[in-house]
Amino acid sequence: FRLSSLIGHISTCPSLIGQCCQRHPGSVDEFQEELVIRPLHSGDIYASFQFRTLWDTDFLQEGQKVSHYRLFPKSLGQVLSKFSVRELHISFTQGFWRTMQWGQPFIPSPPGAELWVWFHDTVSDVDGNWKELTNVLSGIFCASLNFIDLTNTVQPSASFKPLGLGNATDHRFLRYATLPREIVCTENLTPWKKLLPCGSKAGLAVLLKSEKLFHSSFHSQAVHIRPVCQDEQCTSKAWELRQTLNVVFDLYTAGQGKKEWSLFKMFSRTLTEACPLATSSKVYVDITDNPELFELSPATPLLSQAVVLGDRRTYSVFDLTRAETFGQLRSLNLLLRWKGDGGEMLRPLLHAERYVAGFGLQTGEIHTVIYNNHPYRAFPVLLMDSVPWYLQLYIHTLTVTSKSRDNKPSYIHYQPAKDRHRPHLLEMLIQLPPHSMTEVTVQFERALLKWTEYTPDPNHGFYVGSSVVSALVPSMVAMNTNFTQDQPLFSSFVPVKEESSYFVRVYTEPLLVNLPTPDFSMPYNVICLTCTVVAVGYGSFYNLLTRTFQVDEPSLPLAKRLANLIRRIRGVPLLT
Amino acid sequence: MGLLSDPNRRKALTGLLTRLNTPICIVCYLAGIVWFMGLAFEPFTLRTYMSENAMGSTMVEERFSSGERALSLAKEFDPPSACCGLNGMPVEWLVKAMQSRGLEVFTQSFSRKLPFPDENKERYMVRGTNVYGILRAPRAPRTEALVITAPCSPGNTNNQAVALLLALAQYFRNQIYWAKDIIFLVNEHDLIGTQAWLEGYHHTNITGMEYSPLQGRAGSIQAALSLELSSDVITSLDLVLEGLNGQLPNLDLANLFYAFCQKLGVLCTIQGKLQRNDWDTAEGYTHAAQTMMLMVLKQACGRSWGDHGLFLRYHIEAASVRGINSFRHYKTDATTIGRLLEGMVRKLNNLLERLHQSYFFYLLPSLSRFVSIGYYMPAFGLLAVILLLRALDLWVHLGAPALAAVDGVTEPSSPGVLTVLTPVVISHLTGVALYLLPVHLQEMAVEHFPVSETEAVVLTAIAIYTAGLALPHNTQRLLSGEGTEQGWKVLKLTALLYLAVLLGCTALINFSLGFILAVTLVPITASITPHMPKALYAVVMVLLSPAFTILYCVFIYQELIEAPVSVSEGWMLFLSVISQGILDHALYGSLVYPLLALFIYPCWLMFWNILFWN
Repeated sequence: FRLSSLIGHISTCPSLIGQCCQRHPGSVDEFQEELVIRPLHSGDIYASFQFRTLWDTDFLQEGQKVSHYRLFPKSLGQVLSKFSVRELHISFTQGFWRTMQWGQPFIPSPPGAELWVWFHDTVSDVDGNWKELTNVLSGIFCASLNFIDLTNTVQPSASFKPLGLGNATDHRFLRYATLPREIVCTENLTPWKKLLPCGSKAGLAVLLKSEKLFHSSFHSQAVHIRPVCQDEQCTSKAWELRQTLNVVFDLYTAGQGKKEWSLFKMFSRTLTEACPLATSSKVYVDITDNPELFELSPATPLLSQAVVLGDRRTYSVFDLTRAETFGQLRSLNLLLRWKGDGGEMLRPLLHAERYVAGFGLQTGEIHTVIYNNHPYRAFPVLLMDSVPWYLQLYIHTLTVTSKSRDNKPSYIHYQPAKDRHRPHLLEMLIQLPPHSMTEVTVQFERALLKWTEYTPDPNHGFYVGSSVVSALVPSMVAMNTNFTQDQPLFSSFVPVKEESSYFVRVYTEPLLVNLPTPDFSMPYNVICLTCTVVAVGYGSFYNLLTRTFQVDEPSLPLAKRLANLIRRIRGVPLLT
Repeated sequence: MGLLSDPNRRKALTGLLTRLNTPICIVCYLAGIVWFMGLAFEPFTLRTYMSENAMGSTMVEERFSSGERALSLAKEFDPPSACCGLNGMPVEWLVKAMQSRGLEVFTQSFSRKLPFPDENKERYMVRGTNVYGILRAPRAPRTEALVITAPCSPGNTNNQAVALLLALAQYFRNQIYWAKDIIFLVNEHDLIGTQAWLEGYHHTNITGMEYSPLQGRAGSIQAALSLELSSDVITSLDLVLEGLNGQLPNLDLANLFYAFCQKLGVLCTIQGKLQRNDWDTAEGYTHAAQTMMLMVLKQACGRSWGDHGLFLRYHIEAASVRGINSFRHYKTDATTIGRLLEGMVRKLNNLLERLHQSYFFYLLPSLSRFVSIGYYMPAFGLLAVILLLRALDLWVHLGAPALAAVDGVTEPSSPGVLTVLTPVVISHLTGVALYLLPVHLQEMAVEHFPVSETEAVVLTAIAIYTAGLALPHNTQRLLSGEGTEQGWKVLKLTALLYLAVLLGCTALINFSLGFILAVTLVPITASITPHMPKALYAVVMVLLSPAFTILYCVFIYQELIEAPVSVSEGWMLFLSVISQGILDHALYGSLVYPLLALFIYPCWLMFWNILFWN
């Protein structure tokens, strides 16, 4: 029942989606923008942008072709209708979210690119649609998504449920792939910014300057598209496009060690206006630790409370649609001055890490360590691991241990790999005892690739994507299940069903594994030498060793042979 | 091959080889030695060059400037708790220092009980803590890492290096360009600490170490540098490459060090020897030959000559940089050393792949010249071929009487398997005893004799070694009567081929060890027969046995590092070398001791057996 409750939780009941009640009546689509700034314990600063476009239309309705676009980007709308996409989540991340120092992010993502798509259940050729979709998205986002093929695509049975309307559970219509090696840079940011109604001309998006965004510890940008309810009664559905961008600025490299942050220091810009197309445009600053740890200027009387990730936080709200926010200078430059001295490691309730154990190029062992730091509550987690085929998992060596005792998973879904066709997929539901460390180990053997299958830099190693831990973590405070009231965007992405727990997804670090690699720098030497040795040396020696030799009788001259013939007839001794 | 498939010409060839066997063998032996000595002659060697593109073409500007701060830090680190004093490492101070520099800091405690007390370093029950801080590279997914280590152990004042490490960490933390995480490791009890940390990092346990599991990791380690600055005044930097079992890091790492020494004008040495430019003079050649011989000796002994040596097993290219005070007036300040390390780490940070472009098998007559495997292998090949020639000779001789028997001459039938097998088995059992007994019998020995555990182990080893000489050479007579002419020939043939295979395999892994063994073992094993004057040849054989080879190496090594020793001092050193060899095997998995005890010594005993055949 644990599994069903967890899965049920991740998938959303229609009644829960009612996040759109504050919209102007009569408008077909609307746009909201939001920036959350959270000073982190370590002295770093976390800035999270969210842009939401809602459109009351249905791309998938038969016989109705959507051709008039206003705020919703046409390039994505066409993709949705052409490939019958029900839900699409794509993220590009450069860096690894340091849970131990930064806590939980609002929307987690693994290093590299991640793409997961739920197709409509009318699609007959899901693999074909998926292939084409990845190629189209690769063009839209200027990324190497075209490298997604069947060898790195999996269909998780429980870990990725639709976040939007509808309760599809048939995972045949789900495709999930990651590209851990994908490098995210300006060429991915520009097309992402172009999807915004105001582009980077006005509103919060003016802050998105690539030279600053990529001078940071962590950068992640994502696009989430899903159907949601149009109103509280959920009579018809609307499409929601959420564009998120998360960035963490480093105290030492970006802040020059001074614990003082301002919008200008972070983005080299200040805010002067909201996007004219936006119905709401707000900046939230997490001031829960104020005033012991830092002080914020300018102060604002507008405060908002929100329960995010099991924690009640207080935010100062700066509404950019109101002129008084910008003050006399006509610009808003927030200033945060740290007083405290952080640096201590955090103990997030759920935390996971992964590494490769062993040495040598024949075998190895993948260790996944999951920490439950809750002092007294046990809770189940879903662990999903997708391992490329060239690491041949010995699934019989799979062990799960908590507190040095065997911990039997209550649900295991394992799909073995097929060489060159399909990766391993391992999903497990594991109960984590309170205040414990659970270790999942599985041994593997490194496959020998064909020589054309090596990457151009084989000695760099081969990547194994992050494993995904999804869990309902017990909450310290009551979660807000009431969706009728206006909520900030960052707290409303994953719907909450019960008050006592909240949903968290944790990604582990990707692995870099060295495979046995031939010396490509001198292929000619190797090939020529071995061929020569084998052909000439071995052949002749084998010949010499197996054959017996006898001395030939030298043949007689013709005259003597004739003479012998006559002598044999005569019965006289033969000549030699 | 046509030559061999024609029976007449084949017979002529084998005839030639058997007739001229001895001269050819002598020529081969001399040629091998001369070839080897020629390797140090500069015109025969190659100039080193950077093979790795990622490290060669990219320019790096060094800006580290807080060398003075490092020096004052070293003073702060030194007096109160005395870092490397008796109280052990100031773990808390280090943790705080690293944390305040913005690193993720973790500790690992470990303990290890040595099989017997190590008298050189005065330790038996080892308990310690490693402290390491990870500098997380911005926007990197924790897949790759570099390691900088500074050992900090009692009795060895390395606080300069620890302070420099911290100063570097502080400087590195403020830079944006890192693509790989950098791990700053301060390990206690030098090699034991490194071993514990490496085993913890890779979650293996190959040597029976007890350690607490590591909390923080940073993916696969690409390269490591170990820093040892034992004195306040540094005049030159020495590069140490020889690792466990004679493994060497990729030559590009040495090139990188050399390139930065050149760039920053730092005096750099290898084997503690500066480079000379006068290769055409006798002194110049001798200098290069000495440097190379030192490398050969160090590599042959198969131990790790610095913290870096243990990294090599994990496919991590590593080298130690050692600051030396040789009382020259030219001094290198901490800032320059910091810049050198900064430059090296930045270039390693630029690596796209693991270091693999350059050579893994090489000898260095100087830092700017190297001898690759293709050049030094013939020297060994010339020695090894002697064994094969002798084997061929014996094979022909053994085959010839069979032909003669057809003519009606009665010959004793070929010897039974037992005559050959018995000495082989007995020799190997002696070898097993030599391998197992010294460590296991130490308690008994300590009870009955007035010696310490360490002495007990070493003396037991020597006793078993000597006893082995008396043991086996009578047994086959008991089993199958008087030893026949055929018998010893078959035994010698077996032993020769066995030795050839052994030395060949050893030389492939550790050329120096293989070559040194070949130089001493080949002449006597090739020439030994039962018909020689026994007393004389027994002395010669003993003088050329593996144990005496070690003794000679001790003396030559001391001579080469310009610290000659008297005979009694040499003997004490010899004893400590044996105990170190056994300890290295137990602690780090060095393979030289088992190789000598289980294979080389039994093989030598087989030849000893032949001498006393009748």
